[in-house]
Amino acid sequence: MRFMYIVTSPKPMAGPNPALFEAINKIRDREIKAGRMIDDGGLTPVATGAQVRIADKKLSVIDGPFVEAKEVIGGYAIFELRDKEEAVAMAKEFMQLHLDHMPEWEGTCEVRSFFNNPCA
Amino acid sequence: MSTAEIHRSILAVWRIEQPRLITSLSRMLRDVPLAEDLTQEALVAALEHWPATGVPERPGAWLLATARRRAFDHLRRGKMLARKHEAIARDLVWEQQAMPDLESALDDDIGDELLRLIFTACHPLLSRDARAALALKMICGLTTEEIARAFLISEATVAQRIVRAKRTLSESGLTYETPRGDELAKRLASVLDVVYLVFNEGYTAARGDEWHRPQLCNEALRLGRMLTAIAPQEPEVHGLLALMELNASRGAARTDAQGNPVLLMDQNRALWDRLQITRGLRSLVRVHELGGGGGFYALQAEIVACHTRASGPDDTDWQAIIRFYDALLARVASPVIALNRAVAVGMAEGPVAALEIVDGLKAEPALEHYHLLPAVRGDLLFKLGRHREARAAFELAANLAGNMREREVLKGRAAEADSAAPA
Repeated sequence: MRFMYIVTSPKPMAGPNPALFEAINKIRDREIKAGRMIDDGGLTPVATGAQVRIADKKLSVIDGPFVEAKEVIGGYAIFELRDKEEAVAMAKEFMQLHLDHMPEWEGTCEVRSFFNNPCA
Repeated sequence: MSTAEIHRSILAVWRIEQPRLITSLSRMLRDVPLAEDLTQEALVAALEHWPATGVPERPGAWLLATARRRAFDHLRRGKMLARKHEAIARDLVWEQQAMPDLESALDDDIGDELLRLIFTACHPLLSRDARAALALKMICGLTTEEIARAFLISEATVAQRIVRAKRTLSESGLTYETPRGDELAKRLASVLDVVYLVFNEGYTAARGDEWHRPQLCNEALRLGRMLTAIAPQEPEVHGLLALMELNASRGAARTDAQGNPVLLMDQNRALWDRLQITRGLRSLVRVHELGGGGGFYALQAEIVACHTRASGPDDTDWQAIIRFYDALLARVASPVIALNRAVAVGMAEGPVAALEIVDGLKAEPALEHYHLLPAVRGDLLFKLGRHREARAAFELAANLAGNMREREVLKGRAAEADSAAPA
């Protein structure tokens, strides 16, 4: 099963956290070597982004930062895993690293499976 | 959470951690079968403790500590019997130094260890079936029951296969290391062969009620991705992964809503998985960068790549496909490959030329019971308007097909040919 992990947080990280990045890189490396992680990416700050919206049947383009946004997407990853249990175990391990290295931080790692592709 | 749910989540953690446990113990004990036994004991311990205590914050560290404790116990027992007291004392000092080092053990680069483990599980001393079972158990973390279900064989058969394979490994006195030089090529071929066997068992299920069994495809893909990460300099590793990714990318289009097979030329290509195609083509680029374009798996991947680059049969580069088949046949004289080449010839030059090739293959002993020979023949005869002969060929193919879904499709084609034939 293919899963997407989307990490969101109400507050951006205070700054780069080398210890956290190192710990994440270790898992990342392990997961690539285990053949489970197939893609990932971190996103630049929301101020550099844009939103194309539909409201009142009209298109509009809004440049970041988006004042009303409560949660900001920081990054994503795509994994090929056996089942949801495995996906949740992986997310817990990933989030535990955040707790270990940035106890003040709050955020969510959302785990979503792709529509079923019978052989992927 | 029900007990079953807790067990599922424990098994999920286990599968994530298992490769590291077994490589870590293999390095300590220099004995892969024993390392496997002891890591299984760590799983049993987790299944006993975690339902009551909850899954620990660092389940990997818990499992590794438990497994290593068992390994130390084992070493100590062995040494008590065999060695003098001072040796034991020395080992205990070493053990005390080694035990707190769990975190760094977790940080080790396991790539080389994993490669060593894969080479051991897929050793040419073992039968292909045994290699497949052992690789799925020791590297993918499948249980005996899961392997049995995947291969449609009994659990007892799998268990026996694994026990025997482990005994063979133990008794052979194999060294636990990565082969080098000429040996490497031979051993790598043995590994790739097993991975492809697992993939094909899932992709074109030869037996059973389902046309394909995705779990085996996924485990093989995982092994393939693992190998490209830990043996990145080997072109055939990338070739095999390219072949598997590109084939698997068609997964969603290969069956209709009822689970019946849809042949390549009839597939809705919008359902092909672009991410997987991209990955497959990227692996193929890597093959060429490493100078491995002529490899057995690379050539097959090239053929599939021709299909993925086309929007349909009409703009498929059939001449290129024929050339790749020629190159493949120059490497391996296989009548199955010759039959596939005939299909491409049929698309490029028409059914007459293809039928000539197929009829030339009828005498091949290897194809005597191969359902796809009469299936291809039936298709060509149908295109030539020889409907009665087509019907007979499809009926023969249906009788030879081991997979129920495939048999039904072939019976359908026989009926189609029958109604097209003049009364």
